[in-house]
Amino acid sequence: MKKRFSLFLVLLLALSTFLAACGGGKDNNNAQGGQGGEKPAEKKEQVLNLLDSSEIPTLDSALATDQVSFIVLNNVMEGLYRLGKDNKPVPGVAESYEVSQDGKTYTFKLRKDAKWSNGDPVTAHDFVFAWKRVLDPKTKSEYAYIMYDIKNAEEVNTGKLPLDQLGVKALDDYTLQVELKNPVPYFVGLTGFGTFMPQNEKFVKAQGEKYGLEANTTLYNGPFVLSEWKHEQGWTYTKNPNYWDKDTVKLEKVNVKVVKDTATAVNLYETKQADRVGLTAEFVDKYKNDKNFHTKLDPSLYWLRMNTKKEPLNNVNARKAIAMAIDKQAMVDTLLNNGSVPANYTVPKDFVTGPDGKDFRDVNGDLVTYNPDEAKKLWEQAKKELGKDKFTLELLNYDSDSAKKIGEYVKAQLEQNLPGLTINIKQQPFAQKLKLESSMQYDLSFSGWGPDYQDPMTFLQLWTSTSPHNETGWSNPEYDKLIKDAQTTLANDQQARWDAMLKAEKIVFEGMPIAPLYQRGAAYLQREYVKDFVTHTFGADYSLKWAYIE
Amino acid sequence: MARYTFQRFVYMVITLFIIATLTFFLMKLLPGSPLQNQEKLTPEQKALILKEYGLDKPVPVQYIQYLGNLLKGDLGVSFQYDNRPVTELISDRIGPSAQLGFQAIVFGTIVGLILGIVAAIRHNHWEDYTATVIAVLGASIPSFVLGGFLQYFIAVKLQWLPVAFWEGFKYTILPTLALSVGVIASIARFMRTEMLEVLSSDYILTARAKGISQAGVIMKHAIRNSLIPVITILGPMTVNLMTGTLVIEKLFAVPGLGEQFVRSIELNDYPVIMGTTLFYSALLILAVFIVDVLYGVVDPRIRLAGGKK
Repeated sequence: MKKRFSLFLVLLLALSTFLAACGGGKDNNNAQGGQGGEKPAEKKEQVLNLLDSSEIPTLDSALATDQVSFIVLNNVMEGLYRLGKDNKPVPGVAESYEVSQDGKTYTFKLRKDAKWSNGDPVTAHDFVFAWKRVLDPKTKSEYAYIMYDIKNAEEVNTGKLPLDQLGVKALDDYTLQVELKNPVPYFVGLTGFGTFMPQNEKFVKAQGEKYGLEANTTLYNGPFVLSEWKHEQGWTYTKNPNYWDKDTVKLEKVNVKVVKDTATAVNLYETKQADRVGLTAEFVDKYKNDKNFHTKLDPSLYWLRMNTKKEPLNNVNARKAIAMAIDKQAMVDTLLNNGSVPANYTVPKDFVTGPDGKDFRDVNGDLVTYNPDEAKKLWEQAKKELGKDKFTLELLNYDSDSAKKIGEYVKAQLEQNLPGLTINIKQQPFAQKLKLESSMQYDLSFSGWGPDYQDPMTFLQLWTSTSPHNETGWSNPEYDKLIKDAQTTLANDQQARWDAMLKAEKIVFEGMPIAPLYQRGAAYLQREYVKDFVTHTFGADYSLKWAYIE
Repeated sequence: MARYTFQRFVYMVITLFIIATLTFFLMKLLPGSPLQNQEKLTPEQKALILKEYGLDKPVPVQYIQYLGNLLKGDLGVSFQYDNRPVTELISDRIGPSAQLGFQAIVFGTIVGLILGIVAAIRHNHWEDYTATVIAVLGASIPSFVLGGFLQYFIAVKLQWLPVAFWEGFKYTILPTLALSVGVIASIARFMRTEMLEVLSSDYILTARAKGISQAGVIMKHAIRNSLIPVITILGPMTVNLMTGTLVIEKLFAVPGLGEQFVRSIELNDYPVIMGTTLFYSALLILAVFIVDVLYGVVDPRIRLAGGKK
C-alpha cells in the first residue's frame, strides 16, 4: 500500500512539474470576480454585451490592418471627421473645414473642447505627429498607402523625401492644413478611417514599444475608453467622461467577449449573454423567421478574375460566355444564404451616391446577367474563332470550406452550360494564392475586393493597366484615360467626374476581364432592445456612439 | 544517475537545436509573407516593409540572427499582434491551456485506470463489456462533437454550467469533460490489455500459489506492472493536451495557446511559429525524460539498465 501511495505522489509531482514549466502555471481563476458577475437581466441599464471573433491585434492606429482593431479604434478614438448614422462624414475633432479653389488644400478648424482621456487637449499637432508616424518607413505601417493622396506622402513613405516635407501642417493649435497631390472629393470621409486617428506625441513616446498593447498603455479621445482588456478573452468599453460630445453617448458600458465559434456564439445569444451575434449560412434557416433576424449588405464584391493572356480567355466572347453562364441567384440563395446578392457589376450597390444623390448602382444598373442561352451562343462563337473544341481551365481558389463550395458550384455551372469546357479546381493557402495571381499563374481565380475609401474609384482603379491589382492582363486605353481624368482634370467637377466613372464601368463589361459573382451580405441576430446600433459600409464595421438600450 | 541525467540533458539541448533549425528553414519555405494587409499592398510596398523587418536578407543570415537573439532569450515580436513580444503571447495563453489539459489528464487517467482494471479483473463479464463499449465510444466520438453536445444540453438547455468563457472553475468543467474522454478511452484500453497479459503471467501464478489474496495480487503485482505502457503514452498525451487543443478551446472560448499556434502558421507569423514550436518541443522532450525516470520507479529492471549507462 505504501508503495502504491508513493507512486501516486511521484505521478502527481511529475505532472505539477509541467505546470511549473509552463510559464509559472499562471492561473486565470482570479478573473472570476470581474465582469463575469454581470447579469444582463436588467436591460434598462445602459450595458451592451457583444461578441467578437478575434482578440484585438493592436490599438496603435498606425499599425492596425484588421477589422477588429478598426472597430475598436472607431469607438475609442476620433479623427477629424467620423462616419455618421447614414454613412456620411459628420464632424469629429474638427468642427468644420474649408477647401481651396483648386480642391487641393483642406483647412480643418478643430474644436477646442476635444480632450484626451488624460485631460490633455487634442490639437492639430496630434494629427501631424500621428500621420507622420504612419508614413515614417520605420513604423512599417501596412496601411500607409491610404494616405498617398496627401502631398509627398508616397515620397516620404518610400524614404525619398524627409518626413518634414509631408503636406500636413499645424497652422496653430486648432488649425490643421492638409495639402493633397490631386483633388480628392472623398478626403473628408477618409479622415474618419482608423489610420488617420490622432496620437498624443508625449504619451506615445513615453510608452515606446508598449503603445497600443494594453488598455492602460493607450490614450483615448473617442466616445468610449477601454477600461479593461484581457487578451484573448475580451475587453470592456466604458463611456469617456472627457469626450466633447458625451451627452450624445448613452451606453455606460459595453462588454465584448472573444468567441471564435459561431455555434458557441449562438448559444450565448440564446442564453442572453450576448445581444448581437453574426450568423453563418448553416444557422440562417433556423433563425430566418425570428423577429430579431436581420441581414445587411456589405460593399464587398466577389468575382472570377480571368487571365486574358490564356487561351480561350484571350477571346472576349469566351470571357463573356463564362460571365453569363453562372446562375448567381441560385448561388446566393443556396450556398451563401446570408443576404448576399448576385453581382452584375464592379461597383457595389448601397455604397456611394453621386452629386445628384442617386446610388451609383441605380444609374448604371446590371451590366452582365445570367443568361445560359446567350452564353452558349457566345461560347460556340469563341470556339469557332479559336478553332478548337475542347478547353481545360484551372480555377484558383481559397482553401476555406465556404470558398470550396463556391468553387465546386462554379465548376458545375460552367461545365454544364459551356460544352467542351473542363474546370480543374486548385485550392491554395491565401498567401500562395495571392502570389499566383500577381504573377498571373492562373486561368480563373475566385477573389474579391473591399473598399479602401468611399468612392467608386476604389473599385474602378483596379482595372487600369497600371494597377498592381489588375492581374488579368486586360487593358483598355479609353478606360485608362477616363480613370486618369476622373482622378486629375475632372476632379473638381463632380458631375463630370461621376459621368466618367459611370462610363468607365460600362467599358469593363465590354472587355469582361472579370465575371462578377456576388456582393457579400451578412446575417445576424440582434435583440430588439438594442437601438441605433449603426453599421458602416466603409472603415470600421460599426459605431457604438449612438447606440442605446430601450 | 546524475551522470545519466546530465547526458540526457545534453541530448535534450541538441534535440531542441535541431528542431529549431529544421523549423526555421521549413517555415521559410512557406509561401507568402507575414504581412497582414498583403492583399492590398503593391509588390513595391511589400518589399519596402519587409526590408524594414530585415526579411529581405538571405535565409541563412536571418537564421544566424535568430539564433543569436534566441541565446539572449529574445524570441522576437509578433506580426499578427503588432509588436507584442512572443514570450508575452505564450505566457498569456498557456495558463488556461495548461490548466484544462492538466484537469483532463488527471480526471481521464483516474477514470481510465479504474475502467481498465475493472474490465481486466471481470474479463468477459458485463463490467468488461460496459468498459469496452465506453472505451470504444470515447475513442470514436471526436471531442468537438461531445463538446458541442455537452454545451447544448448541459449549458443551454439545462443551464447547469456556463456555455463558454474562462472565468472560474465551473467554466472549466465542460471543456475538461470533453477533453478527457479521449484520455479515458486510451488509458482504459491500454490498461485492460496489459492487465490481462500480466494476470496470465507466471509470477502472478506463483503469487497466487503462495496464497496471496486476490486483492493483494492485483494491487501489489498486477497493477504496477501494467502501468508501463500507460506511462509511456501519458507523457506525450499530457504535453499534447496542456499546450492547447484547437477545437475545444475554440468551442468553449478558452483563451488558450492551441488556436494561436495554428493561426500563426496560417499567417506566416514567423516569430510566433518559432516560439511556440520551441516551447512545445521543450515540454515534449521534458515529458519524455520524466517518463524515462518514471519507468525506473515502476519497474526496477529498467532502473538498473539505465543506471549502468
